[in-house]
Amino acid sequence: MNGVHDMGGMDGFGKVEPEPNEPVFHAPWEGRVMAMNRAMGATGVWNIDMGRFSREMLPPHVYLASTYYQKWFLGLQQMLLERGLIDADEVGSGHALRPGKPLKRGAFTVADVARVMTRGSFRRPAPAAARFKPGDRVRAKNIHPRTHTRLPRYVRGHVGVIERDHGCHVFPDSVVAGQGENPQWLYTVRFESRELWGPDADPTVKISIDAFEPYLDPA
Amino acid sequence: MSDQRHDDDHHHDHGSELSEMQLRVRALETILTEKGYVDPKALDLIIEAYETKVGPHNGARVVAKAWADPDFKRRLLQDGSAAIATLGHTSRVGDHLVAVENTPRLHNMVVCTLCSCYPWEMLGLPPVWYKAAPYRSRAVKDPRGVLADFGVKLPNDTEIRVWDSTAETRFIVLPMRPAGTEGWSEERLADLVTRDSMIGTGLAKQPAEAGR
Repeated sequence: MNGVHDMGGMDGFGKVEPEPNEPVFHAPWEGRVMAMNRAMGATGVWNIDMGRFSREMLPPHVYLASTYYQKWFLGLQQMLLERGLIDADEVGSGHALRPGKPLKRGAFTVADVARVMTRGSFRRPAPAAARFKPGDRVRAKNIHPRTHTRLPRYVRGHVGVIERDHGCHVFPDSVVAGQGENPQWLYTVRFESRELWGPDADPTVKISIDAFEPYLDPA
Repeated sequence: MSDQRHDDDHHHDHGSELSEMQLRVRALETILTEKGYVDPKALDLIIEAYETKVGPHNGARVVAKAWADPDFKRRLLQDGSAAIATLGHTSRVGDHLVAVENTPRLHNMVVCTLCSCYPWEMLGLPPVWYKAAPYRSRAVKDPRGVLADFGVKLPNDTEIRVWDSTAETRFIVLPMRPAGTEGWSEERLADLVTRDSMIGTGLAKQPAEAGR
């Protein structure tokens, strides 16, 4: 979806402000939100792409005015409500008012912690041969799906070169649409800055994205 | 002056939001616990791991080894995940870690414009600026301007390559090894490797800056 989360190339947000000796968390609740997200994700009730989409679906003014962990909290609570794992009256009262529902992989316990500390693999067997190879010129499709996509707006319609082939990976667009993993070839596609930003752009800059094959046409 | 006023407002808002967020987060955790979905002790362990075990020191060890061991560097650049898996002392990484090398002619920088993808196992949790709009919006369009915000100025003819992490691939920058470190142990070298140098918004420390 063309949301405010798709920020590449937007102007007006000001300077980057590094924070010397930044703490891991700025308040204890940030750690609880991070851990609850990891834990509930590990119970198998949603995957990483659905989690991202829950934050992209926040209203633009909420997204822009919220800190990272506020967005995580809002997305988490919304996913729990949508799946009926918690109810609005429980959020209001701050307590469970009825028993929990069965979770795909069961409750998250101490024994599950090691599992969430290692990233899983998103690579899958290839259902078909790769359409592109390194060196091929490709054009990012000019598409504007209303649902989740990982093709940022700033490259749509532009021509780049396939630089790396990462094999076949879970396709986020399909997962969030409820159509399963639908594995697709994944490539690093490199663009010249002037192709993306016009003749005034710094010619020494090149930008790449990792693009799933359905995002690309031959050019 | 307008910046200053903005800061004051921001801090004021932040304070009141903190207490509201504390209450809302505590309520949600209570519900999840009472429903039997999560054990709070398991949440404690996740938080503890990110506060004490997983952090930029993991990535720094990998970079230092690549500086000291040409064969490891070659394997790291070829397949980051596979090369790091051979290091028993480093935390395990998932698939799809890609290491990209800085040279005198090429500077690499990593961003996630769509959310905040970051190599957690190598660098820990991302800093606030990495997740915030100024970096996510500008890194792909004005990387030299972003580097200036970090006090980094590169030669005008150095090529800058920005890697937007739009899939589950994760990127770590292999910064240039500082001059004057010949014969240093991997442990000494690791002290020169900053978090920002592995994101590409900084350079490795010079020998005179070691320990700072």
